[in-house]
Amino acid sequence: MSLPALATRGLAKSFGSLVVASDIEIELPQGVRYALIGPNGAGKTTLINLITGMLRPDAGSILLDDADITALPPDQLVRRGLVRTYQINSLFPHLTALESVTLVVCERTRVARTWWRQLPAYSHEIDEAYGILSALNLDAVCNRVTRELAYGQQRLLEIALALATRPKVLLLDEPAAGVPREESKELFAAIAGLSREITVLFIEHDMELVFRFASRIIVMVGGRVLVEGSPEEIAADPRVRAVYLGKALDTTPARALP
Amino acid sequence: MALAEKVTSPLLYLRAQTRWRPIEIVFWLATLLPYVLFPNYLSLASQIAITALFALSLDLILGYAGIVSLGHAAYFGVGAYTAGLVSKHGWGEPLTGLAMAGLAAGIVGYASGFIICRFRHLALIMLTTGFGLLLAELANTLGWLTGGMDGLQGIHTWKLFGYFHFDLYGYTAYSYALATLFVVFLFARRVIHSPFGLSLRGIRENHVRMPAIGAPSQAHLRTIYTIAACIAGIAGALLTQTTETVSLDSLGFERSAEVVVVLVLGGAGRLYGGLVGAIIFMVARDQFSGIEPQYWYFWIGILLVGVVMLLPNGILGGLAKLSSRWSRS
Repeated sequence: MSLPALATRGLAKSFGSLVVASDIEIELPQGVRYALIGPNGAGKTTLINLITGMLRPDAGSILLDDADITALPPDQLVRRGLVRTYQINSLFPHLTALESVTLVVCERTRVARTWWRQLPAYSHEIDEAYGILSALNLDAVCNRVTRELAYGQQRLLEIALALATRPKVLLLDEPAAGVPREESKELFAAIAGLSREITVLFIEHDMELVFRFASRIIVMVGGRVLVEGSPEEIAADPRVRAVYLGKALDTTPARALP
Repeated sequence: MALAEKVTSPLLYLRAQTRWRPIEIVFWLATLLPYVLFPNYLSLASQIAITALFALSLDLILGYAGIVSLGHAAYFGVGAYTAGLVSKHGWGEPLTGLAMAGLAAGIVGYASGFIICRFRHLALIMLTTGFGLLLAELANTLGWLTGGMDGLQGIHTWKLFGYFHFDLYGYTAYSYALATLFVVFLFARRVIHSPFGLSLRGIRENHVRMPAIGAPSQAHLRTIYTIAACIAGIAGALLTQTTETVSLDSLGFERSAEVVVVLVLGGAGRLYGGLVGAIIFMVARDQFSGIEPQYWYFWIGILLVGVVMLLPNGILGGLAKLSSRWSRS
């Protein structure tokens, strides 16, 4: 098997006596769609914060394409292709959708350091940004100010920003949070349609979506990885059932898998 | 056809953003009115142009990058003293003096930016305030260099281009200050419409998100901070050269606070805010201090409170809202 795109070794973090991550070892092979599930407070978002450099781990290391990236600041990680989105929209309220994505493209191509030429001169960057928006069906609203976009469109823009960095590994923190069920299916369809060169890990609570779109699943409980496996294995695992006791796992969508 | 329109429209939209609007041309033509309408007030007009330039430099960091500074006079002062010292020691040529002042202020801005650009919010305000006070006291202590409390004596500005001398009525002073303001404004306009300017707006809008899209925010902030310091220094040099004096209040706390007031009055983050604010503030000060020499700050206070309460985005923000409502109905 080839090298994993992303791996963690013995990752640990605590705030005082509260342990939020303990001995976390995950390996994401390239191109796989991973779901990260677990009850509230299991440490899923914390894990994303640790991996993307937003939090410093107390112990352990993070490997991207087998290079140790544990000590790198967040913007350097993005440059290396490790990119995240946020559970709560973190956008640029007064920029238009196109300006927002163009901003990201310009940062990637390092054009953003240029202050002596005007933006319209960079039609390559603008075209690329427009292409990303079109692929996510946002082209019709590309000149709208972000805060005037519908909520679902803002969630898509969140993903568009991440895509504009040309990620190798994409960590999506509840991409469909707050989106009505019908729309969240469309959103996940867009995620499923991403290039197979991108490795995706997403946090999601809706088990139907998880079993439909993930090819592997990681279950976290209390800051630890409980189990990792294929959707069928996870659905059959008694420990996972115990964690979700009372919230019985609906295993039927497994047949939706190809 | 429809397809072609779809493909080019995003570019056209962005291009339209950078285009000159008729109101801008009207504004700049109006800056020529003082020659005709108020020939006795050209000295005041040149003071306004200098304050406008200073406020423009603050707008670049406060309005566009979200760096709230209460010590921006430090760079104004560095520029003012540089121009003064150069002139005092025998080189009174205005344009090179201006360039040297801008360079000196830019160097100080670049160096201090390494500390200042790492902080935000209250810490940032305190840091900039502290830095401003520090520099003001330094100038006070170094009496042999700056003249201390008495100010720098013996400044003489040579004729502009070796031809236009700085007359008592302020013809040359106003023309010189206005031309400098216009050239720097063109430059600033270019900066904010550049990809770099877009990144600055990104930092202002959501600085937490910037690292997550791979943006080196601090490097961007240092760049704009240096540019702003440079422009503030040029404004300071203009004041020195047109008045042929420099005193400690050129880098005092009061000047730092005043320029924030000017910018907030006019409206931050829209380039013209500092310009409009400077006109209103300086004219109001001139008028109020004529009526009540002791208490004119009272009226400035009322003006500020009124504008901030009624027009949170400054006078220009209020006008923009009004005009958009007008065009919608």
